[in-house]
Formats: sequence, C-alpha cells, structure tokens
Amino acid sequence: MPAPIRLRELIRTIRTARTQAEEREMIQKECAAIRSSFREEDNTYRCRNVAKLLYMHMLGYPAHFGQLECLKLIASQKFTDKRIGYLGAMLLLDERQDVHLLMTNCIKNDLNHSTQYVQGLALCTLGCMGSSEMCRDLAGEVEKLLKTSNSYLRKKAALCAVHVIRKVPELMEMFLPATKNLLSEKNHGVLHTSVVLLTEMCERSPDMLAHFRKLVPQLVRILKNLIMSGYSPEHDVSGISDPFLQVRILRLLRILGRSDDDSSEAMNDILAQVATNTETSKNVGNAILYETVLTIMDIKSESGLRVLAINILGRFLLNNDKNIRYVALTSLLKTVQTDHNAVQRHRSTIVDCLKDLDVSIKRRAMELSFALVNGNNIRGMMKELLYFLDSCDPEFKADCASGVFLAAEKYAPSKRWHIDTIMRVLTTAGSYVRDDSVPNLIQLITNSVEMHAYTVQRLYKALLDDISQQPLVQVASWCIGEYGDLLVSGQCEEEEPIQDEVLDVLEGLLVSNLSTPVTRGYSLTAIMKLSTRFTSVNRIKKVVSIYGSTSLILYCCNDPISSWISFNFHLTECPLSVCQTFQLQLLSPSSNVVPALNQGTVTQVIRVLNPQKQQLRMRIKLTYTLKGSPVQDLAEVNNFPPQSWQ
Amino acid sequence: VQNTVQHVLLQAEDMQQQIIRETFHLVSKRDDNVCNFLEGGSLIGGSDYKLIYRHYATLYFVFCVDSSESELGILDLIQVFVETLDKCFENVCELDLIFHMDKVHYILQEVVMGGMVLETNMNEITTQVDVQNRMEKSEGGLSAAPARAVSAVKNMNLPEIPRNINIGDINIKVPSLSPF
Repeated sequence: MPAPIRLRELIRTIRTARTQAEEREMIQKECAAIRSSFREEDNTYRCRNVAKLLYMHMLGYPAHFGQLECLKLIASQKFTDKRIGYLGAMLLLDERQDVHLLMTNCIKNDLNHSTQYVQGLALCTLGCMGSSEMCRDLAGEVEKLLKTSNSYLRKKAALCAVHVIRKVPELMEMFLPATKNLLSEKNHGVLHTSVVLLTEMCERSPDMLAHFRKLVPQLVRILKNLIMSGYSPEHDVSGISDPFLQVRILRLLRILGRSDDDSSEAMNDILAQVATNTETSKNVGNAILYETVLTIMDIKSESGLRVLAINILGRFLLNNDKNIRYVALTSLLKTVQTDHNAVQRHRSTIVDCLKDLDVSIKRRAMELSFALVNGNNIRGMMKELLYFLDSCDPEFKADCASGVFLAAEKYAPSKRWHIDTIMRVLTTAGSYVRDDSVPNLIQLITNSVEMHAYTVQRLYKALLDDISQQPLVQVASWCIGEYGDLLVSGQCEEEEPIQDEVLDVLEGLLVSNLSTPVTRGYSLTAIMKLSTRFTSVNRIKKVVSIYGSTSLILYCCNDPISSWISFNFHLTECPLSVCQTFQLQLLSPSSNVVPALNQGTVTQVIRVLNPQKQQLRMRIKLTYTLKGSPVQDLAEVNNFPPQSWQ
Repeated sequence: VQNTVQHVLLQAEDMQQQIIRETFHLVSKRDDNVCNFLEGGSLIGGSDYKLIYRHYATLYFVFCVDSSESELGILDLIQVFVETLDKCFENVCELDLIFHMDKVHYILQEVVMGGMVLETNMNEITTQVDVQNRMEKSEGGLSAAPARAVSAVKNMNLPEIPRNINIGDINIKVPSLSPF
C-alpha cells in the first residue's frame, strides 16, 4: 500500500477545491485512506494520519474515528507521536467519551517522564481537559510537580492545579503546603501562574482567603520591585516591566483587600503609587491603571484614593483610544451607585459619548446617562437623551424610550413638561415603545386632569402627521375618545377641528393597512365613545355596524357624565384568530343611564355568530370615577351555559 | 476561556462551525474605528462572555473570554501571541498558519493553558517551542523519514550491478604472527 500522503499535500489538495462538494469528496477519499491505514495498525504513519485528521476536523468534518489512534500515539515512545497525540486528545476527546479515561495511565507515566517536555505535554493535557476522575487520580503527581525547582514545569503545574481544583474542589487543601514559597520565585512565569493559583483558592474558600491575607506585604513588595526596577529587557512590554504580572497581582490584592481594613490599608500606598506613576501613552499602561482603579474601588480605600480612581476613569473617557473609553464607561457604570457624586462630575463627558460611533460605547453611555439623571439635571439631560433617541440606531430605541419614560416619571418638573416629553418619544420613536407603555401612559394622562385639553389637541395633531406608529395611534385614539368634546369645543389654543374631521381621522385608522387589530380596536372604541360626546350619532352607528365585528377590544370610558358602558371582549388567545372565529353584533342598550342605588338595570343584547362553536368567555372592565377618584373593576364570565355555544 | 473552549468543543462539529461562522460574521463587519470588544453572540455562552479581537492585515485573532479577564490585558496578550508567531515562523504570513496549524497549536499551548495565561515572555516561549521542534525534527517529524528515504531510493540512478561474481579460488596465505 502506498505511503499515506503528507499533511501539506492534503492541505494543498483541499485548497484547490472549487466547490463545497468537491472539498467534501476529497475529504471523504482521504478519510477512507486514513481509516484503512489505521486498520493496518501502522505505527510509522499514524502521527501523519492523525495530523491530517485534525486538519479536517478544523474544517468541520467528523473525526471521532481518530480518537483511539490518539491514545496509541500518546502511548508511543516518540516525542513527535506524543505531541500530536496529546493535541488530538485535547481537540477530539472530552469527558463524555469513556475512552478518555484510558489516557489516565499514560498521563501518569508521562508526568514522571525523564524529559521535561513530555511532562509538559501531560500537564497541559490534564490541565485543559482532565475530567474529575482523572484529576482525582493524578492530583498527587501535580502536587509533586508544583514543588519542583524546574520553573518550566512548576508554572504548568500551577495552572494544572487550578484546573484540578475547579474540577474537584475538595482537593484544594492538598495544594496548600506547596503554595508556601511560591511567591519567593524569581521566574516570572512561575510567579504569574502562582498568583493565579492563589487567586483561585482565595475566591473559592473564605478560609483560604483569611489564610493568604498574610501575603499582602509580600505581594506589595513584588509589585513595588516591578515598578521601581529599571529597564528589564526580558519582561519589558512597551517600557513597562511585566504588565501581565502587575495586573494579576493587583487583582489578587483586590480580593485580599475586600472587606478587610488592615489589608486595604497595607496596600493603600502602592495603589496610589501605581495610579500616579504609570505611563499612560500605551495600552499596557492603561491596562494596569484600569486594574488599579478597579482594585481601589473594591477595597476599603480612603476617600482620596477613590476620587483619584474616578478621576482616572474620567480621563480615560477623553482618551482617543476607543477601547479605553469602553472600559471606563463599564467601570463607571459599576460605581455610579456607590460613588454617585464623584461620577456626576464627569456627566458632560459621558453625555458626549452618546455621539460616539461605536455601538458598545453608545450603549454604555446611554445606561450611564440614565443612571445620572436626577431632579437637578433632568431638563438638560432629557434634552440630550431625546436628541439621542432621534438619531440612534433602532436597537437602542426601545431601551432609550423606556428609560426616558422612567426618568420623566421620577423627576418631571411639571405635568406639561411630562406630557411634552411623552409626546416627543411617541412621535420620534413611537413604533419602538414597549407594549405596556400604552396603558401606563393612558393612566398618566388620565391623572393629569388639567392637561387633558392640551394633550388631546397635541395627539390629534400628531395623528394628522403620521398614523404609522402604533403606540402613538393607540394613545391618541384613546384620548380622542375620552376628551373629544374638549377637542372640538374650542378649549384648545389652536383652531379646533369639527366633529366630522375627527371622525374622518378615526375612521381612517380603521381602514388603514398600517393599523394593527389592536389599534383598530382602540379607534373603534373611541368612535363609539364619541357617540355620547358628539352629535353625529348616525354616522357613528353606521361605522360601528360595519366594523363592529372586526375588532373586539373595547375599553370603558371613565367619564361620570356618560353612561354608555361598553363591554370588553378581550379574548386572551390571539386576537387575530378571534376575528375569524366570532362575529359580534352589539344592539343598543336598554337605557343610557344606570339608576343609582340598585334601583334598576341596563341590558344590552349581543348577538354572537360562533360557527366554530368555540367556548364563550367574557371579560368586563368598568372604569368610573367615584368622588373624583378613578376606580377600575375587572370581572370575567367563564360559565356561559354550554348550550349558548355548543 | 476554558469553559468556553469546552462549551464549543462539546458541540457537534457542525455546531462548532456555526459558532465559528457567527463569530467571523460578527467580527468581520466591524469598522476599524470601533472598539475591539464585542458581546458574544447567543451561541457563545451569552452575556457573560465577550469576544476580544485584533485585526492584522487579513487575519482576525479572536479571543473569547469571560468577565474575569481584563479586556485591555487581553489585547496585549493577543499582541504577544502574534509577535511570538512572527518570531517562530520568521515573518509569519497567512499560509504559515494554514500549513502549520499543528505548530500554531503548540505555540499557543506555551502561552495559554486551560484557559489561563501561562507565559508572556516571548523569548521564553520561542526558546521552548524551538527545543521541542528540534526534538521532533531529530525523529523525522510528522513526515516520518521513511517516505523520503523510499522515494529517494526510487529515484536513485543505480548502475547495472553484475550478478554472480566469481572470485575464483583465492589462496590467502596468513603469515604467522609473533606472539606478544
């Protein structure tokens, strides 16, 4: 049998494929060849075949039939075999296949191998994908290697230990002795991974945390040396000595200093030093500064240090680098609750970020802006936020609109301002407003009695301009139905429309393609309500009879003068299907007045056409005012006699 | 990072490809003047995970990290990784990465392990990778010497070797050697 083709040849061949189908064919052919080669138990070419398999796997083709071959490679004596075998194991195997346990013995042997690179491979594999059983079996070996003087192995053992602890938390105690002199290491790789190990242990166990607090002075010393030591070519990154290690230490200090006064005090000076001395012209410096800020904010630091930290964030906001602005905004968002005043000082910079080109930055700036709104700055902030609402991407509009409504509700300086703000939102982002805002707005308008005339006039005008935004149309329809008399009676400042014009507009909504069934319900209800406020009753009756069967969502009016009580057929299933299932005809009620003190009743006949014999249910909503306060009553009728619908 | 790697690997191959495709889609449509952080798509673990990427010529290096990593730090890490690739491959280009994906994995294994940063000193990393590569080479590497030897022999131009050489009767006189 000819020798299996080499990896690079396979890659070259695959790259010549012009279609997906052609590629698949090549892959299948090669897989078949590889399979027969595996069957022949050929040791020489196994590594080559597995390498090819991994390449094909990377492209997305199944490679599970190579799993056992990886194990054979791991068991081989050759370094090449082990290297590709372990890689294959990491890419193709995981805990779910029982086969992975077969590796345990090999890894155990390799952890004790005479060549450090083989030991390294074993540590790497165990640390990446070792299952809990494997970790239990091999933890002892890892612990041994954690104590070795070989820094190449020691650093890998540290991270492997982290993985073991994550998989089997009970084993954490076992590694405690080995951590004793980890920080005395000179090798930065070992130092780095040791700090990671210590961090993991502290995060998992309050006892460990308390135990390791005594390391604070040592950590502070190491950090100081890094900052003060001159240029060290080995660890230098853009003029800063081992920034990765600095960041790791800062993070561990954060955990140790949290809720502990003594530790926090011990690190105060070094934090101030790092905060003021770190070079900020490159990203590395900023990464360290950022970590320092987070640590300052999290531990029990003096107020001076906190202000320093927030000011650093404020400076970050002005940085040209968008990544820096991004992290600054993220941090400010986290601290705005606890250090509100300090963050307020940077409000104008934050608001400027609303105009940033980057979507992530804009979003954070928006969230932060809303968090900063208060009674003092509501007018100015709202101006900026409404401007933002006008121009932002659709993905922001819903959240921004909700935010505006919330802020307005909390801090509105006046009712008129409030209504104007709502109007502005409805007209600029009306189609993005959330569904529940419609009833909330209706409630708000209802309660602002003195604003009724103003509101209905503005909403009517808005309808004349644009009927495409459903929430706006719904709120407007409702208002017109309620306060239509104010609209036409000359109580508004501008020229008032006449009744027919108003009815034209409402009828227009009923026929428009742009109106959803819910909207049609609102406009139909409004028309019906106007029958008691307007004089053109015949026209209204005609409209109702034509459209009455197409929509069943009717809301009650709360005008104590009118006694036209409508019934609310809000069928909880999809309203659209209702249109096909039922047809309703509402006949005139027996009277327009419900006598007081239970002295009489009003009856109304509703004819229901129910060809599909669906169960009848009725929900009644009554709203009225009692001694000036609005009252709402909900009732359901679920026990219509079966004969009525079967 | 580890949890994400595991999460991705635990998916079926076609799901893995989908995750990769979605990631590429998210990243490739980014403008150059926006920040290098992206909330990961819904396929990649949701809101706790971010994609942090850097763009070098035609290549995107994307790291998926969880909230415990420093975003700015990861940017520097990507830089270290890319510079290491450059050193190991001598002016690395796209083809190097395609034709030597195993070597790329090996380099990455010296930088990140189990989803955590292992080593950031570039000299350290390249030295260790070099030693191991030499070990592989001395064994013949993945290509495995036999193939080359066989084809070499096949291609050799061998002169005609006469068979059955008759050396005839040779009388070899062994002189007597004086004892020591």
